Amino acid sequence: MTYKNRLDGRKMNETREITAKAGVIKKADGSAFFKIGKTWAYAAVYGPRDFHPRFMQDPTKGVLRFTYAMMPFSGMGERVRPGPNRRAKEIGMVSGNALRKVVNLEDYPNAVVDVVVELPQADAGSRCAGICAASIALADAGISMTDMVAAVASGVVDDTVCLDLDYEEEHYPEFAKEKVDSEDVADIPVAIIPSTGEVTLLQMDGIMKKEQLIDAIELAKKKCDEIAIIQRAAIHDKYKGN
Amino acid sequence: MENKENKQQESKLLVKDRDVVVPGQVLAEGFDFLPSYGTYRTNDKILANKLGLIHLEGKVIKTIPMAGRYHPKKYDVIIAKVIDVGMNAWRLNINSAYNAMLSSKEVGGSGGYGSYPQKGNLSKIYKIGDYVFCKITKVSGQNLVDLSTNGPGLRKLYNGRIIHVNTHKVPRIIGKKGSMVNMIKQATDAKMVVGQNGIVWLQCEPKLESIAVRAIKKIEEESHIPGLTNRIKEFLEKETGKKLDITEKNDKEDNEVKNDIQK
Repeated sequence: MTYKNRLDGRKMNETREITAKAGVIKKADGSAFFKIGKTWAYAAVYGPRDFHPRFMQDPTKGVLRFTYAMMPFSGMGERVRPGPNRRAKEIGMVSGNALRKVVNLEDYPNAVVDVVVELPQADAGSRCAGICAASIALADAGISMTDMVAAVASGVVDDTVCLDLDYEEEHYPEFAKEKVDSEDVADIPVAIIPSTGEVTLLQMDGIMKKEQLIDAIELAKKKCDEIAIIQRAAIHDKYKGN
Repeated sequence: MENKENKQQESKLLVKDRDVVVPGQVLAEGFDFLPSYGTYRTNDKILANKLGLIHLEGKVIKTIPMAGRYHPKKYDVIIAKVIDVGMNAWRLNINSAYNAMLSSKEVGGSGGYGSYPQKGNLSKIYKIGDYVFCKITKVSGQNLVDLSTNGPGLRKLYNGRIIHVNTHKVPRIIGKKGSMVNMIKQATDAKMVVGQNGIVWLQCEPKLESIAVRAIKKIEEESHIPGLTNRIKEFLEKETGKKLDITEKNDKEDNEVKNDIQK
């Protein structure tokens, strides 16, 4: 049996429900939340501000630091130990790289822009939600940037390409209601710059065929354009009275 | 030839004056418009690169920022906090990503112009933690900022209370030709200094002080809703029980907005 009916009844090219809001953390220079299904990401931006230790400063351009953190009971399994771990550091690095392409850091020499992403609950696709939240927060903080990065994951479940996998789909053989043909599940987070179509994040976890890979990336790219509209609307909503 | 071809293509403006735009939003297509502050051009499109309000000046498109930290600008008059005292200069926090230097030569005071440089312990003049009302004399390409307290009204601020507000709301707190500040001063008998960097210094009686603080916060929150001056006047009259008489009041809100933009 191929994968025809998704576990939560979505279409193959459909994401979970998305809500985005800008300006949710008062003390931060810019902030946002981005919820996609049961994955919630809160992002806060501090800066540009004085950067210490000074030997890390760069006189030619500013530095963007990205911190990704899952809260202790955010996961589906056991308690997540708070603080940086190997996984969180890697995600922080790749998410930061996804955003560095759009932020005009030359405008802030010797300074640092801190982006902090916290996930109160995570149900797969957390790095994409984090990137989406972070770009809204950066724009909300008035940082100079060429565009807002949009991100979504696509993947392959039981030989079928589908968009925005949740936790149960990522562990499909465990949760499957039907007979499973292929035990392989693959997941590809994709982040793009909507105005140019450039890809700033592309990772893959799992095994899939070449054609499926191309299909999956195309599917994610198309959806990113729609997510970009939601992100912009989030900021426009904040200033609606204007 | 190429120019002619470009001119044949029609340029399209996709936004209106005073629209809110977000980074990456396309503002105009074609070559008939010019990108200015907060915008950039890629191929035949002009896009925004900062969150802000659109301001059109003929062919020039620029955005007026609505959020973000204070960015130091020459001739700005600001309130800064002393964070370090050196041999010949002070280092001050100006509420931005960069610290500023105040040389001992640039200190004005009772001695008048040129009566310094000071010798000895600079803490006698400004010590760590003091707030100083000063002006920016220079901003380098690397954002090194020089300050001066030599000028009319520039001085150390004694006592009083410091309030932090959004930098981009400062023109509204000052008002047209200082009308808003004068209104608050008149209502609460306060001494008040507003720095361009979003720091406000306030000194008056404790009871009235809280009214002044609330008035400032009200301006900050409601600055984008028309009829601001009237609402603040009503608020102050209700809270203080005083009748306010302002000669320059109730000018057209449009003028106020234009004034804001020019600043």
